[in-house]
Amino acid sequence: MSSAINFAFLDEYAKREIRRSVLKAICIPGYQVPYSSREMPMGRGFGTGGLQLTLALIGEDDCLKVIDQGSDDSVNAVNLRKFVEMTCPGINTTTRLQEATLIQSRHRIPERPLLAHQILVLQVPYPDALVIVEPSEEKRKTMHGEADYSRLLVKLYEDIVKFKEITISHRYPTRINGHYIIDPSPIPRYDVPKLNQSESLTLLGAGREKKIYAVPPYCSAEPLAFNDVPFRIEDFTGANGERRTCMICSTSNSFLDEFIDEQGSRVYQCSDSDYCAQQQECVHG
Amino acid sequence: MDKILEVSGLSQIYGPGCDQCFTCTGPEFETNICKHCSSIVALHDLTFDLYKGEILGIMGESGSGKSTAVKCLYFDQMPFGGSAIFFNNKEQKHLFTLNPAQRRSLRNQHFGMVYQNPNLGLNFDISAGGNIAERLLMNRVLNYSEIRSRAHELLTRTEVLTERMDELPKNFSGGMQQRVQIAKALSTRPSLLFLDEVTTGLDLSVQAKILDLILEIQAELDTAMIVVTHDLGVTRLLAGRTLVMKYGRVVESGLTDQILEDPQHAYTQQLVASAL
Amino acid sequence: MGYVAIKGGGRAIQNAAEALELLRVQQGESGLPLNIEQIENQLYFLHSRIVSEGGLYHPQLAALAIKQSLGDTLEASFALRAYRSTKARLLETPVHNTANMRLIRRISASFKDIPGGQMLGPTTDYALRLLRMELLNESTEQFQAVAKDLLRHVPTATVPDSFPKVLDSLRDEGLLPNINPAGHDGPFDITREPLVFPVPRSAALATMARGETGSLLAIAYSNMRGYGDVHPTVAELRVGYLPVMLPHPITGELIEAGEVLMTECEVVAMYQDNECATNERNSLPSFSLGYGACFGHNEVKAISMAILDRALQKGMKDGANNPSEDPEFVLLHIDGIDSMGFASHYKMPHYVTFQSDMDRLRTTQSKQESSHE
Repeated sequence: MSSAINFAFLDEYAKREIRRSVLKAICIPGYQVPYSSREMPMGRGFGTGGLQLTLALIGEDDCLKVIDQGSDDSVNAVNLRKFVEMTCPGINTTTRLQEATLIQSRHRIPERPLLAHQILVLQVPYPDALVIVEPSEEKRKTMHGEADYSRLLVKLYEDIVKFKEITISHRYPTRINGHYIIDPSPIPRYDVPKLNQSESLTLLGAGREKKIYAVPPYCSAEPLAFNDVPFRIEDFTGANGERRTCMICSTSNSFLDEFIDEQGSRVYQCSDSDYCAQQQECVHG
Repeated sequence: MDKILEVSGLSQIYGPGCDQCFTCTGPEFETNICKHCSSIVALHDLTFDLYKGEILGIMGESGSGKSTAVKCLYFDQMPFGGSAIFFNNKEQKHLFTLNPAQRRSLRNQHFGMVYQNPNLGLNFDISAGGNIAERLLMNRVLNYSEIRSRAHELLTRTEVLTERMDELPKNFSGGMQQRVQIAKALSTRPSLLFLDEVTTGLDLSVQAKILDLILEIQAELDTAMIVVTHDLGVTRLLAGRTLVMKYGRVVESGLTDQILEDPQHAYTQQLVASAL
Repeated sequence: MGYVAIKGGGRAIQNAAEALELLRVQQGESGLPLNIEQIENQLYFLHSRIVSEGGLYHPQLAALAIKQSLGDTLEASFALRAYRSTKARLLETPVHNTANMRLIRRISASFKDIPGGQMLGPTTDYALRLLRMELLNESTEQFQAVAKDLLRHVPTATVPDSFPKVLDSLRDEGLLPNINPAGHDGPFDITREPLVFPVPRSAALATMARGETGSLLAIAYSNMRGYGDVHPTVAELRVGYLPVMLPHPITGELIEAGEVLMTECEVVAMYQDNECATNERNSLPSFSLGYGACFGHNEVKAISMAILDRALQKGMKDGANNPSEDPEFVLLHIDGIDSMGFASHYKMPHYVTFQSDMDRLRTTQSKQESSHE
């Protein structure tokens, strides 16, 4: 029997269905468009939603960058990139953000702002921000339709009452174009403002939950908050009151990974490995 | 006086229903079960008007249809037939022709409900203040300190210890839960408030305090209320006008004092006599 | 540089794949590879499970999937499903009548004498679960001798090509509602349409047909044990080969394209007062029906599915009183591919989100501390 696989793995009908869903998602910013979502040869939860978007969009002129946790070389990013290279002969891949036309990412948005010719695909485990207050999807759809987010806001209210702070760390509920609230995927709060009025299109794909949604270019994306208790991003201020810097490239304007070095002290390093490398080039080059 | 609600011919049947349901049930047949199709005729031909600032009592024993009436008007269930018009300033809303979204919006903004069972009216998983916050947030109050101060104000008004504002209402006494429920129902200053057996099951002293509170609030806010109760005392204290119901029908209606002093229908006479 | 966060992924993956392959050939040079026919025939029930949960009737590739996944049922079904994603849907079969099945087994728990008779067929139901030590060192000769002996004694008496369905006799007596063909839309294809609740019954049936056996069993069992009210009777359980009819691409005439091994189960349960399945013709109460069917020989799965179908119909009509009656709860949690994938994904790095969690925790801790001072 033949082992030949179609360009980009999926059959053409599947790709067409995904592209139609993408168009609908762009037309209704933040609305979760249901689609049939095929089984991919990697686990549900490993980015099959993002991967289906990438495969439906990619063509021979495209240059793909895949990152996970900000890194091009993490196990999952490598795995996904290899799969796309294998099934899409002729495409290019890169680790340099500026060269990429299509960026698939898990848990991060690159530090450098994306441009109009670039599309960001985010992998989504839980597409619906309302799931923390309502388990039934049928009811959640009604709440979304009527933009009734009072129960989600009560969650924030209760947080402030209990902890004097909103405790949602990532997957921060974000209102798109003044109506639908999305789960922006498990990006840190640090990355949420990058969705707002972005030059590039952001597509979010949940494979297991079978949903596609979008933040179109130049669209508003406001993190949910109270007028008098603003949304706050992660704080990298050190004990001395100064912003912590990356131990490798010394930049002080990036999201940092924290870890304990061999001497047992706490050190910081850019989470976006491409950004870190390019900062080093600037210094040394 | 401004009319706020106009109900006419409201009826409700539980079961398949048939042509003869209405003709073989009611007080004169001493049943609300249709002998032809075994359906329950919970309500038939309920008609009344309600005016701004008025308290209307609906009195009857269990199975008389009084709670069914309120459930239909508050959209907890759809009636079998009849109509109801809600007047909001110059606007008229035909309740049973509204779509679900319009119904929810009316419920959230203009109606309030206090159930006999606080479990239905309160979310026991969030704090007392959070319960009130939810109603305010539904109505687009998006300022945390404003929500806090309004919740504080409402709970003070309903005599809930404000230091317990951030506790879960499931740990409160029954009377306290009812007070929180009332505060929640009032948070949006609804023009129409439904009270379904709100004091049933509470201690007599607590009952009296809650009834006083309702009267005070009504005087303050001029809220129209429909009070459903089986308790003659509650009707006497709260309601200006009363409907007496039995087997899904209104058997007597008029000014409460008149009904209690000089009951016309045999059933009302029996009720009044047994209460004395 | 002391630490590199997550570099070197590519090589690690390659090595991991080799380590897994080593596991498969760990018997060393004395080992023999499993052949596909042995898997298909001697691991019959495992194979049945993979065809069913993989949702693709391809006996040869199902056996391959078992081989390459070292017998992991979830992985094997997964590989089969992923293969299916590369194939377009070219044709649709019409609705098939399972009365046409060529049966190897059929039983009824509702009547002793059913039209056509009971046929026990291959089953472990009455077997003593004693380990057969003689199979430990079974030789090729012994194996073939057993086969030869059994085949020689197969009676020539013919089994009919098909059997009437037990349900038809219940229907004739008015104990079951009649089939109302007008009330049915075309079947819902879960491979081409997402489940958007509420979903039609055919979507529920299709989802369960390729659901994971253990998940279906667990939820159905909860319903039987008291988190639900179904006391079902198996009206008929049948296992056999169903001829698959496909329209000829040019003439449109139906032609037999092959046959699939499948298991079908129909349960009936007493009506409940508030949910009496009223018959359209008259309003007499009648039994309510639950239906289960899947590829392969999977009796526990078919029974579980039938019980859940009955429970879900009740939930769709009157609202769910138990998890097993809630369509969202049941249908979104029984797919083995989805659930195992998500459980596995927790093994992936979550460094960034964990960093955010720490930020929130530290901030709230310091706020609490300062408010206690």
